[in-house]
Amino acid sequence: MEILSLLGDGMLVALQPLNLMLILIGVSLGLFIGAMPGLGSVNGVAILLPITFLVPPGSAIIFLAAIYYGAMYGGAISSITLGIPGASTAVATTFDGRPLAMKGMARLALVAAAVGSFVGGTVSNVLFSFLAPLLATVALSFGPPEIFALMLLAFATFVGLGGDDIPKTVFSICFGLVLATVGFDQISGAPRLILFDMTGFLGGISFLVLAIGVYGIGEMLWTIESTRGEITKSEADISVKGIIEDTGTSVKKGWKGMSIGSFLGFFVGILPAAGATPASLMSYAVTKMVSKNPEQFGQGHVGGVAAPEAGNNSASTGSMLPMLTLGIPGSPTTAILLGGMVIWGLTPGPRLFVEQSDFVWGLIGSFYISNFFALLVNLTFIPLFIWMLRMPFTILAPLIFVLSIVGGYAAMQDMFDIWLLLAFGFGAFFLRKFDYPLAPAVLAIVLGPIAEPTLRQSLLLSSGDPSIFFTRPIAAPIMLVAIILLLLPALKFLRRGKSSRAA
Amino acid sequence: MKFWKTLIAGMSALALTAPAAIAEWQPRKPIDFVIMAGPGGGADQIARFIQSVAEKKDLTSRPLIPNNKGGGSGAEALILLNTTNDPDHTILVTLNSFFSTPIRQPELGVDIQTFTPIAMMGVDPFALWVHKNSGIETFEQWVDTVKAADGEYITGGTGSGQEDSIVFAYVNNAFGIESKYIPFDGGGAVAAALAGEQINATVNNPAEARGFFQAGDVRPLLVFSDEQMPAYPGVPTLKEKGHDFSYYNQRAVVGAPGMSEEAAEYYRALFTEIYNSEEWQNYLETESLSPLWMDADEQRAYWNVQVDNHTKLLEGME
Repeated sequence: MEILSLLGDGMLVALQPLNLMLILIGVSLGLFIGAMPGLGSVNGVAILLPITFLVPPGSAIIFLAAIYYGAMYGGAISSITLGIPGASTAVATTFDGRPLAMKGMARLALVAAAVGSFVGGTVSNVLFSFLAPLLATVALSFGPPEIFALMLLAFATFVGLGGDDIPKTVFSICFGLVLATVGFDQISGAPRLILFDMTGFLGGISFLVLAIGVYGIGEMLWTIESTRGEITKSEADISVKGIIEDTGTSVKKGWKGMSIGSFLGFFVGILPAAGATPASLMSYAVTKMVSKNPEQFGQGHVGGVAAPEAGNNSASTGSMLPMLTLGIPGSPTTAILLGGMVIWGLTPGPRLFVEQSDFVWGLIGSFYISNFFALLVNLTFIPLFIWMLRMPFTILAPLIFVLSIVGGYAAMQDMFDIWLLLAFGFGAFFLRKFDYPLAPAVLAIVLGPIAEPTLRQSLLLSSGDPSIFFTRPIAAPIMLVAIILLLLPALKFLRRGKSSRAA
Repeated sequence: MKFWKTLIAGMSALALTAPAAIAEWQPRKPIDFVIMAGPGGGADQIARFIQSVAEKKDLTSRPLIPNNKGGGSGAEALILLNTTNDPDHTILVTLNSFFSTPIRQPELGVDIQTFTPIAMMGVDPFALWVHKNSGIETFEQWVDTVKAADGEYITGGTGSGQEDSIVFAYVNNAFGIESKYIPFDGGGAVAAALAGEQINATVNNPAEARGFFQAGDVRPLLVFSDEQMPAYPGVPTLKEKGHDFSYYNQRAVVGAPGMSEEAAEYYRALFTEIYNSEEWQNYLETESLSPLWMDADEQRAYWNVQVDNHTKLLEGME
């Protein structure tokens, strides 16, 4: 029980008055930074890094971790209330969060997101505390073939969803994969698919620009068209009682999504190549797949909000693991944390847990405390966010438009991104009119850049022999499950075709 | 009236002190601190370290914002600098792909002599690493192992034409050996792949392998510096093995083409201060970098020499 006493000491460190104050300020700042479209935790942590030199290193990293946590909670807020993903990690939250808000159940969606985040954060903290060194070894045993198998599984879960139109889903995935190849080839370094020779495409298509275009602009156009401006207002009741009731409802309806998100998210987070965005999308896909009512997803299912939120929070904690033990930041934010650690004289690596155990356990302790306070702060502010939604749609729609444009520009500060964003917005609107599911394309553009190089690395390893995916102990079972999932709907589709012809 | 008098008095008072302040160029917005490599590698670590020193000592009025643009062996970063509309706020942390990428991809239209030299922060040596479980203790054993594997031995690095692949190409050529080369996204990922035994050998900078070296997971067999490195006592150099070859990665900061002279002077002063800081000097020592300070003219001359070197090395690879 050495770990428990270390963890207890760590929590005591985090509860010291200075650290506690930093945690409170950090999660509140993070919440708002995360909620602002385009201003993700990366900018937040980078802007606030100077402040951390005023306090001791341990407190500094606790502060940055608190911002990171707060931003993870905050990302969901604009996804739900405005339909604009606040950060790329919160894109999956718009899938069901926005429909819930449109039905007048914004409060339920926000509470489900907060509770999901809390559960994801807690589960991942416990896993992190007790299994960190072991999991670091597991993460290392994931080479290119294993990661590719995992990516194929993620695609398979999307295709394997019974509800959607399979050919259209496949088309959507392929479309996303093509967009993902734009820019420099990661392996040979050669530029690819530089459309119209525009230099803006050299850097590839920014996922956030695509997501804001599709969900901010595209959804708004869709809403305007389908409702003709007459849209359901959010409920007036923002009482404490209502929030408590919603907490009960989200646990009851979303527990499955939360548990899937918590464990899957953490696991995806610890893989050096992945991060919180793939984790949230995969959590969503798996939750939808195992659900008894997959057709309700995308229409406003509580599980569809809770799962990605649990997933992205869990992955955020998980991605600290490769940073601390391998020195590889799992996300841009952890990369900045890493920069801070180096100057404070902390070398990330397998020895960190032994040589700097005070620091490591203080940090882990602060995860627990930050997570708890992030939940409290988030729940406190829910009435404020709902109040925003009570604005007439004639005001809200232009506001969403403006925020989408600002959010798209803020990331890279390049006008090219704005034109791209508008193009995606209109494109998404028309695709949606023709009933093409957009989520698979979004998933493909996130996972494509991970799947493609790992596929090529694997085949280089085996000199072109695909059996490498079926002979390695971890890759083989994952591959088999992925292939079965891919074949199931194809069989169903063929059988349906046969029977309809027979009839 | 009183308002105007106060204003004029105030302005003239300012005017007296102003000339010094106006002459001094200052950044007016956050500085785009571009890194021509992915997160976690040597260049990235250095950029983040420099950023932290600047923040800690409060050296800049606007923050340095690290921006990883590793795509296309750094081509993405070079094009960003080449096409930026704000050269005064765009600087780049370079490695040797600053020389090799424009040679390998002439279609990019990048001429590095148009870039603005800022500071040479040091040069980073390379070592040949294997996993401890391989049982390989010496370089000779390694050569024999690679020979015995008959082309099936797996090495990894940051991409064909990148620094480590140039070193591998030289070694392969010099000892008549052959191996597979798997490209990864950044030196950090390469080090982790070796630690996880996904690959058998790497050529990594000391900083990239440091965590795993300290934990005893990986072992250096050979260093490619001019002399043995204090961090790895007893590990021979390639020169001791009879081949006159040494190779270092440059850790330099350059400005975008078209940067104004005032802005360039500002960054030179800034990076001189960072270079002379206790933090950077300690970093050079703990991460086994060699100091190699140069002024702007010396840097341009150095670029010419390196472009020639890399042209020859890359020709030798094909």
